[in-house]
Amino acid sequence: MSLESFLYMGGYAVYVWPSYALTAVVLIANVILPVLQRKQLLRQISLRQKREKR
Amino acid sequence: MTLTAAFFAIIRRDLLLAFRRRAEMANPLFFFVLIVTLFPLAVGAQPQLLQTMAPGVIWVSALLAALLSLDSLFRSDFEDGSLEQMLLSPHSLSVLVLGKIIAHWLVTGLPLLLVAPLLALFLGLPEQAMGTLWLTLILATPLLSLIGAIGVALTVGLRRGGMILSLLVLPLYVPVLIFASNAVDRAASGLPVGAQLNILLAMLLAALVLVPLPTSAALKMSVN
Amino acid sequence: MSVIPAAVSRFFHRTASSPHFYALADRFIPWLTAIFILLLAAGLYGGLYLAPTDYQQGDSYRIIYIHVPAAWMSLFIYVLMAIMGAIALVWHMKMAEVMLVASAPIGAGFTFIALVTGSLWGKPMWGTWWVWDARLTSELILLFLYLGVISLYGAIEDKRAAARAVSILALVGVVNIPIIHYSVQWWNTLHQGPTVSKMGKPSIHVEMLVPLLLMAVAFKFYYLIAALQAAKLELLKREASSQWVKTLLEKQA
Repeated sequence: MSLESFLYMGGYAVYVWPSYALTAVVLIANVILPVLQRKQLLRQISLRQKREKR
Repeated sequence: MTLTAAFFAIIRRDLLLAFRRRAEMANPLFFFVLIVTLFPLAVGAQPQLLQTMAPGVIWVSALLAALLSLDSLFRSDFEDGSLEQMLLSPHSLSVLVLGKIIAHWLVTGLPLLLVAPLLALFLGLPEQAMGTLWLTLILATPLLSLIGAIGVALTVGLRRGGMILSLLVLPLYVPVLIFASNAVDRAASGLPVGAQLNILLAMLLAALVLVPLPTSAALKMSVN
Repeated sequence: MSVIPAAVSRFFHRTASSPHFYALADRFIPWLTAIFILLLAAGLYGGLYLAPTDYQQGDSYRIIYIHVPAAWMSLFIYVLMAIMGAIALVWHMKMAEVMLVASAPIGAGFTFIALVTGSLWGKPMWGTWWVWDARLTSELILLFLYLGVISLYGAIEDKRAAARAVSILALVGVVNIPIIHYSVQWWNTLHQGPTVSKMGKPSIHVEMLVPLLLMAVAFKFYYLIAALQAAKLELLKREASSQWVKTLLEKQA
């Protein structure tokens, strides 16, 4: 099977690939967002601690 | 005071309070009739169409009217501190809560039975369905008050809990809506409705037993 | 309690302490991620490439490899949330609260995926984007249940109280899910909508089934990773000013 016919999905590419893309977006967002928010929170906490030390 | 006496005292107190604010009591009723009036204006006044839609329209309106009235269930008690007194009282909170829910239904649910004939008239519901409409209202409006009580207890501490309350409660109303409107629908076409009414009765009995527990737990959470 | 062996109760007490849980999550996440990627790769390769084309639905059926596992996860996570809610209410276990709160957005995400992929699958099969099919309808109501949990938790400012509230809500929801599910199914058989012959029960080929199961297990691992990440964030938010967070930061610096 060639790559082209694989991507063509027997004519259903318009339905299959957006489904997979949306799933990827939602799943990645649900992992990445907490990680980013945690990094930001840790930065804030360490800044606050430095201020308190002074 | 015994538990039974406390239970009836709560009901009597809430009925008395509601009676003193008669004007507020009528609001959900007007709201109910008003929503039903909106439907012919929105979809057109073809008698055939309205008649097919009647059970659904009446039940969706009843749901919304019940939702609107829910806020009064614990709100004033929460604000004036009598809810805290109930929590401190030696009696089982679940039983007192059940008393409050019953009083609330007597004030907001029962009057819907009085306007039911008017709605049937508005929408051209066949007369043979009137009895079933009444029966479903008797069985299912207490269910609406019971299920709604959990949602109110969870949101009573919030300043703007109204939107969240509807988001919490309406999905839980789905089975009631399905069985009740379907019973009226079938009665309108002269079919037997025993199954639907039995299911509603079963749900009502289950809710009577189960609802006070999470409601009182949620009230404890809200008051603290 | 004497019913529980000492080792088990020690394990629970240690995992129940925030720094220990945090460190444990950090240690597990790389392994979980590795297993997840392996399962995902195998599932996708099997599902998108190896599995034969369906004789009725053509290649459109390949949406099944995300649609069905996502739908399973949406229910599975809600039930888990209710279990954690019960644990949180009965034993006041903080970690159960945190995991419950962390799970809600993930469950809502899977429910959303199941709905949208169901709609994308339905378009070529039914000819419309949406039909009031029993499964799609109850999935939609499930999404509302998730949104209720998320918004109730967000609305209550005291997070301990908020966690208690969502624990109660999750338990009430889980009792109602079967009732909603069966009532919707019953409603659907009465108001016979468009027939779903093509979406009925296909006799599923082994080569099609294996990737489906692989994807289902992969999604379970994904859930663990995402829930642990969200739980770490939630813990830090709650205990930002505690001693263990301070030592954690010092270690990192």
